[in-house]
Amino acid sequence: MTKEEIVTGLAEILEEVAGVNPDDVSEEKSFTDDLDVDSLSMVEVVVAAEERFGVKIPDDEVQNLRTVGDAADFVLKQA
Amino acid sequence: MLLEGKSVLVTGVITEQSIAFNVAKLAQEQGAKVVLTGFPRMSLVERIAKRLPQEAAVLELDATNPEQLGSLADRVRGVGFDSLDGVVHAIAFGPQSVLGGGFLDAPWEDVSKAVQASTYSYKALAMATLPLMEKGGSIVGLTFDASIAWPVYDWMGVAKAGLESTSRYLARYLGPKGIRSNLVSAGPLRTMAAKSIPGFEKFEESWVERAPLGWALTDTEPTAKAVVALLSSWFPATTGEIIHVDGGYHAVGA
Ligand SMILES: NC(=O)c1ccc[n+]([C@@H]2O[C@H](COP(=O)([O-])OP(=O)(O)OC[C@H]3O[C@@H](n4cnc5c(N)ncnc54)[C@H](O)[C@@H]3O)[C@@H](O)[C@H]2O)c1
Repeated sequence: MTKEEIVTGLAEILEEVAGVNPDDVSEEKSFTDDLDVDSLSMVEVVVAAEERFGVKIPDDEVQNLRTVGDAADFVLKQA
Repeated sequence: MLLEGKSVLVTGVITEQSIAFNVAKLAQEQGAKVVLTGFPRMSLVERIAKRLPQEAAVLELDATNPEQLGSLADRVRGVGFDSLDGVVHAIAFGPQSVLGGGFLDAPWEDVSKAVQASTYSYKALAMATLPLMEKGGSIVGLTFDASIAWPVYDWMGVAKAGLESTSRYLARYLGPKGIRSNLVSAGPLRTMAAKSIPGFEKFEESWVERAPLGWALTDTEPTAKAVVALLSSWFPATTGEIIHVDGGYHAVGA
């Protein structure tokens, strides 16, 4: 898996879970500030990402995943 | 197995950290057939349900919505349950203003929402599932010790005091039907509900230090085990009771 593939995957998840336009998703975008993902949607994004990429994202880690790029880097490390 | 052949409805699963998730998991491991209810994001609850040892149907239930409560028994039948032996209430909600130190300013409108979702819903859920418990049953809820005033817990503490009383009244009114009502009073656990309470950390340190048995803030299993025990036939003459699963914190002074 490349980082680009993960970002694309995250964009699909964000569209499905939170109705985010995939064209708006890029590495530097913040989930909450730029993409308006509320906290419950963020929980579901994390759960969906765990399933899709076969990784475990611990609860404590989630607060460090501010941007799409942060999340992609974390998944890349785990995968 | 403790729940061999029993059917149990579990509310309140929203993440894997939910107390209700561990209850559903242990109940299945102990032989129960489990149906879940979810709110407010069914898609999330359905994803989490897939992480249980066995498949479980998920029904939508806002415990403050009379229509959804009214149709619950039929919907439970619709997913293959003729009756229920146990019902787990793991529901609490309070608007931001009712928690976190603003006790003196929280408006009734918000307080009433907390009481409806966290207190009245216990009775409402019992009534909604009553048609499925003609052979008797066990209803179990979750409280946070409401006998004293905590920092930041505020109106949720008042709602829990009401829940504790509601459980005693249910014990009184449903006892003749062979239905028990009991609560588990858990210590602080880092679930979504708990983390949304501003200042929740205030409980954590002192609990871990003071509880005679110690206390693990991320381990919902001791609490879930007590819930499963109360659902089982091993507490046949116990109702209106509150079992503390708190490392013994409630029993000791500073
Ligand atoms: N976490 C703790 O420290 C702690 C301690 C003692 C007792 N409790 C109690 O345990 C129970 C479960 O909470 P948790 O800590 O597992 O947190 P949680 O956030 O995992 O679960 C709370 C649940 O309440 C549900 N809910 C809220 N409003 C609802 C409504 N109107 N209808 C239906 N469901 C609704 C949510 O969907 C969620 O599933 C609550 O009653 C809570 O007060 C928690």
